[in-house]
Amino acid sequence: MNKVFMSGNHAFAEAAIRAGCKCYFGYPITPQNELGEYMAGNIRNAGGVFIQSESETAAINMLIGASATGVRSMTSSSSPGISLKQEGISFLAGFELPAVIVNVMRGGPGLGNIAPAQGDYFQATRGGGHGDYRTPVFAPASVQEIADLTRKAFDVADKYRTPVMILGDGMMGQMKEPVVFPDKIEDTVEKEWALKGRGNGNSRYLASLILDTSEMERHNWKLYRKYQEIEANEVSYESYMVDDADVVAIAYGTTARIAKGAIKRVRKDGIKVGLIRPITLWPFPSKIIKDIAQRVRKLIVFEMSTGQMVEDVRLAVEGSVDIHFHGRPGGVIPTPVEFARIMYREYQKQKKGSL
Amino acid sequence: MKLKNKWPKYYKKDVSTHYCPGCGHGVVHRLVAEVLEELDLGKRAICVNPAGCAVLAYKYFDIDVIESAHGRGTAIATGVKRAKPELFVFTYQGDGDLSAIGTAETIHSANRGENICVVFINNAVYGMTGGQMAPTTLLTQKTTTSPGGRDPQFDGYPLHITDVVAQFPGVTYAERVAVNSPAAVLKTKKAIRTAFQVQVDGLGYSIIEVLSPCPTNWKMSSIASHKWIDEVMSKEFPLGVLADRRKRG
Ligand SMILES: Cc1ncc(C[n+]2csc(CCOP(=O)(O)OP(=O)(O)O)c2C)c(N)n1
Ligand code: SF4
Repeated sequence: MNKVFMSGNHAFAEAAIRAGCKCYFGYPITPQNELGEYMAGNIRNAGGVFIQSESETAAINMLIGASATGVRSMTSSSSPGISLKQEGISFLAGFELPAVIVNVMRGGPGLGNIAPAQGDYFQATRGGGHGDYRTPVFAPASVQEIADLTRKAFDVADKYRTPVMILGDGMMGQMKEPVVFPDKIEDTVEKEWALKGRGNGNSRYLASLILDTSEMERHNWKLYRKYQEIEANEVSYESYMVDDADVVAIAYGTTARIAKGAIKRVRKDGIKVGLIRPITLWPFPSKIIKDIAQRVRKLIVFEMSTGQMVEDVRLAVEGSVDIHFHGRPGGVIPTPVEFARIMYREYQKQKKGSL
Repeated sequence: MKLKNKWPKYYKKDVSTHYCPGCGHGVVHRLVAEVLEELDLGKRAICVNPAGCAVLAYKYFDIDVIESAHGRGTAIATGVKRAKPELFVFTYQGDGDLSAIGTAETIHSANRGENICVVFINNAVYGMTGGQMAPTTLLTQKTTTSPGGRDPQFDGYPLHITDVVAQFPGVTYAERVAVNSPAAVLKTKKAIRTAFQVQVDGLGYSIIEVLSPCPTNWKMSSIASHKWIDEVMSKEFPLGVLADRRKRG
């Protein structure tokens, strides 16, 4: 397919349709309305299902129903709506049903505002709802990556029978960029676990209620082993100018783009800063960060929050290197100049420290 | 006359019930299983079971079943039916499930006229959690959370959710029935059959509300429960067809 110029929100939708997504359920909320609007016309034209639900709660439960029949399905929302979906995401994890959930984050807590933010990192990467589970989380940083990771999210969801979250932000959703989509596929994989009516076979059921504690424990360990497998296989990150770097920045999504801009600036002055951009937030690229910590003098974590991912960085390096955190919460979008200033300052500090 | 015990095809054998003696759930389960067999729907049926005493419905129904979070049954049923219209989809829900926590899903699935069936067990209490007040609890009725009897000043009035959705053009069939006598049970079966046929014919949403005894939480004998449905409960919730739009063009 040729290059097209498209917004992130439209790209989520187009990529989902091309991944064989047949059902979309959602409730309007800014800054991701264009995703549902695109689906309303296009998924129905492609023979799929679009429902504007009465709430995000209803949307995620419709998705549960559709996914239980083995059909690729998606929902999307922004922060407050994602909170409402958490009960359903917990059920998806318990039922072991695949699903793709897009969160185009905005400022919070509460209604917050409609500007881009990264305050839902904890919620996304820690499971979010109740109970002992995890969800893989993808963090795109361009419209092209939105297209690629949406396809990947459906594959990972099916492969591990798990809900997958794509964590974007208002900037990712609204921004327009050139994008080339992968070819459309039909989801023809036979899902032997799907409920299709018993036919001539035995009846089956999907239940998350497991009253017997030892059976529930077995189920929890089974899920845990699956999460271990995901941790072993699915970690993804981009490293940018890391090889000769003395200081490495860590940032995802929109913040990573800004950090790249800043790195280009400071490099002109011979300031050797690199970037690790986690593409999966869970599983987190802990190993590469731990390795880099052995040979650089400082890590700088940039987030559009008061500091959430920075905790995973701390866990990864286990105190082996200095970490500076710079955050802009509340929907404020930092600039490359601002990040560059932080890089200069922290770079000079570590230089002095080494004398 | 010789009585024959005919076991419904889609009701599992050799399971002992978890329902209390005199509970209406078991009766309605059996009726549903019989209708599934008579209309030959069992092979392509999906039941969406609730959080409530019927959370274990899959122990009895020998068809595919998916559990729902409390109140979300009709949203899940919507997803199943829209994804696979060839399946026969019904929810089985209690009054707390359907008319408290799940009110929005109930109203909007009905208003969209989803081609699904709803079997609604109204026992005027929260059975599973130990007999708290439900939206359907009658005025002056004592429950663990209305210990002095339901008082409208504090607790509001019994909610007639089936009468509400019966007003919607999207609702094809709505009927209120009971299971407190052999005649009432037969009527209930007929109502369930009608509702299921509505979906088979592609005519849209149907809901059957069943006034159903909960002797345990009503703190009554089974017989007294049946009498109470006749003399008290069905005065608040009159039996009968509440909507029938099968003939619209
Ligand atoms: C979100 C949530 N809140 C509360 C509960 C606890 N709960 C389980 S069943 C139930 C009420 C069941 O009453 P009803 O729907 O009337 O069904 P019955 O047990 O009487 O058949 C409640 C409150 C729950 N499972 N989930
Ligand atoms: S508590 Fe009530 S509704 Fe629940 S099983 Fe017992 S009698 Fe039936």
